[in-house]
Amino acid sequence: MRALLKREIALAMRAGSGVLTGVLFFLAVVSVFPFAVGPDLKLLAQIGPAILWVGALLASLLGLERLFAQEREDGSLDLLVLQGHPLLLTVSIKCLSHWLVTGLPLVLATPLFGLMLNVPPLGIGAVMATLLVGTPAITFIGAVGAAVTVSLPRGGLLIAILVLPLVIPVLIFGITATNGALHDPDPFAAPFLILCAMTLFTSVLGPLASAMMLRHSAD
Amino acid sequence: MKFEASNISVDRGSRRIVQGVSFSLANGDALIVTGENGSGKSTLLRALCGLLPLSDGRLHFDVPAEGADDPRVIGEHIHYLGHQNAMKPALSVRENLHFWKGYTTGSDKFPGEGSGEGTAEGMEISEALDFVGLPQVIDLPFGYLSTGMKRRVAIAKLLINEKPIWIVDEPTAGLDTASSAMFSTLARDHCANGGILIAATHLPLGIDGAKTLVVERLYTFHEGDEIFEPLDEDPS
Repeated sequence: MRALLKREIALAMRAGSGVLTGVLFFLAVVSVFPFAVGPDLKLLAQIGPAILWVGALLASLLGLERLFAQEREDGSLDLLVLQGHPLLLTVSIKCLSHWLVTGLPLVLATPLFGLMLNVPPLGIGAVMATLLVGTPAITFIGAVGAAVTVSLPRGGLLIAILVLPLVIPVLIFGITATNGALHDPDPFAAPFLILCAMTLFTSVLGPLASAMMLRHSAD
Repeated sequence: MKFEASNISVDRGSRRIVQGVSFSLANGDALIVTGENGSGKSTLLRALCGLLPLSDGRLHFDVPAEGADDPRVIGEHIHYLGHQNAMKPALSVRENLHFWKGYTTGSDKFPGEGSGEGTAEGMEISEALDFVGLPQVIDLPFGYLSTGMKRRVAIAKLLINEKPIWIVDEPTAGLDTASSAMFSTLARDHCANGGILIAATHLPLGIDGAKTLVVERLYTFHEGDEIFEPLDEDPS
């Protein structure tokens, strides 16, 4: 299993892996918003966290296609399925490494992009914290979509459409928690904990469903 | 050690591709699967690996542990070399092979017989590459290699972990004559050491007493309309 994690990360570091695509897309979304909204700093500060969350959400949907489709293309998927390891574990490791190379950079880029939107430091911290616990859930849910569309050529858009409704709750609780941190009467802990619960829940269910899908899509 | 298939059939979609195949292979046996293009050779091999569900019949491999009839358990003892090489073009040959060596669970050459102590280690990566005649490419990215060299690296993958059953699908596609002969030698060695080989190939491997299984196409494609009909009902 460590071999798999190492390979995934090594692959991501090589040229042409498209890992930076997510962060660049995130940057594009964040940087065009001020032009569209106008130079109203107050307004930007107010909607900044929401823009950051939407940007990160869309950026993390972007790379999901590669999760299994590439493995299938070069025949590795067959061999991954054949081995004695539980497929569930293999899928979990793949999700984890996928998040490490696509989700984590988004979280780390947030402070910089937050400054561009005039989000206060507290808000940046809150967005980072919620993204940190929220984006793994997006990956785990997305893995199911990626497994369902694995045999389709260019299933990327289809994954986004399949997965988007399922990740809406993650977005809602992420934003609610962020606003809770910024505006006093709203609670922060409750939505944040629900967000954590979602990630834990999907980290079990997502790989389970994906593994079942992959087994039956070996055609 | 015995690997048996009794009367297995495989469907793809609503069409039956493989019907009523039976065989029994013991240590050192080889089964050569032949048949025209599109007759279902690859489908049969994938089903033997457990990658496709059987719609009828059963597989049996006498492993000591439970689940001798479970295709998933049988899969652990199989080296499958399909049409694709299962290598990442961005990683070097060494990294690719190192991954498969670490990730693949080695299994005993003779489960249930002999000492049975843990997993059997295969060759070192450099040793395996020497065997396929490509020691010089170890640090090159896999994507830089030619088709035939890629195939030879994929063949080297069979050597880095010991598995009792090799299931290979057109193993010599894209190989030159010398490399095909090299594969035949490897296949003979594998069988001589008591392994089981199932190969879909038209190349004579030169294995004594190899059984041949001819897969016949069950359906033919009518020109003009999209109805598939059993071949025997179609005299034209």
